[in-house]
Amino acid sequence: MSREPVLIRYFAWVRERIGLSDERLVLPETVVTAGDLVRWLADRGEAYAFAFETPETIRVAVDQLHIEQDEPIGSAREIALFPPMTGG
Amino acid sequence: MTTSETRIIVRVGPDDFDVGAEIEALQDGDPAVGAVTSFVGYCRDEDGRLAALELEYYPGMAEAEIGRVVNEAVARWPLLAVTVVHRGGRIKPGERIVLVAVSSSHRDAAFAACDYIMDFLKTRAPFWKKEHPADRSEGGWVEAKAHDDARAERWKDEKG
Repeated sequence: MSREPVLIRYFAWVRERIGLSDERLVLPETVVTAGDLVRWLADRGEAYAFAFETPETIRVAVDQLHIEQDEPIGSAREIALFPPMTGG
Repeated sequence: MTTSETRIIVRVGPDDFDVGAEIEALQDGDPAVGAVTSFVGYCRDEDGRLAALELEYYPGMAEAEIGRVVNEAVARWPLLAVTVVHRGGRIKPGERIVLVAVSSSHRDAAFAACDYIMDFLKTRAPFWKKEHPADRSEGGWVEAKAHDDARAERWKDEKG
């Protein structure tokens, strides 16, 4: 059974470097954790490699909840990747 | 904690806010209110270097994450009302960015909760600031500060 496409959203300099604010992607079964997703995306081309050149700085939210990179993405419908937050 | 629900307002968007009206609304004729504390964050000009800040945010999650931070504060202190307003979009020096205002029967809870909400809003709410320099050069994204993480960390060892 293949996975459903997931809405992947990018913010701030991650968005600028990739040149997209979102896209729908079918993630391979090998992508289990948020960290797996960051590494898999980094392999998609030069722009992605630039966006994820320091993978440990990337924050991940699954269905609008923060998760750590070693946590599973589960059956997420929406996953966002972004730099550390600077609001307030 | 009182039996009545804490009144919570969380608003995110481009619109400015009226600080006086927001603070007055927190008392709202409630005779149990003994203290209202507030924090207002403004855009600085960084000694004339900055023309504006661009505040990007994750719509939906921004409101949800602020709401989660507020709920933690409500669980920790006896609060009567909480209002958080965070603006997005282009904001010039001297303009308001954020308001956190809290009411309680006593000042200790109101001060602490306001401080707590602001600390976690900084480290958890999905907002990002980009600088637009006054000299029209290409601006850069503001980097997260270790100081802000340290401020959030200190609540782990403190009791409300």
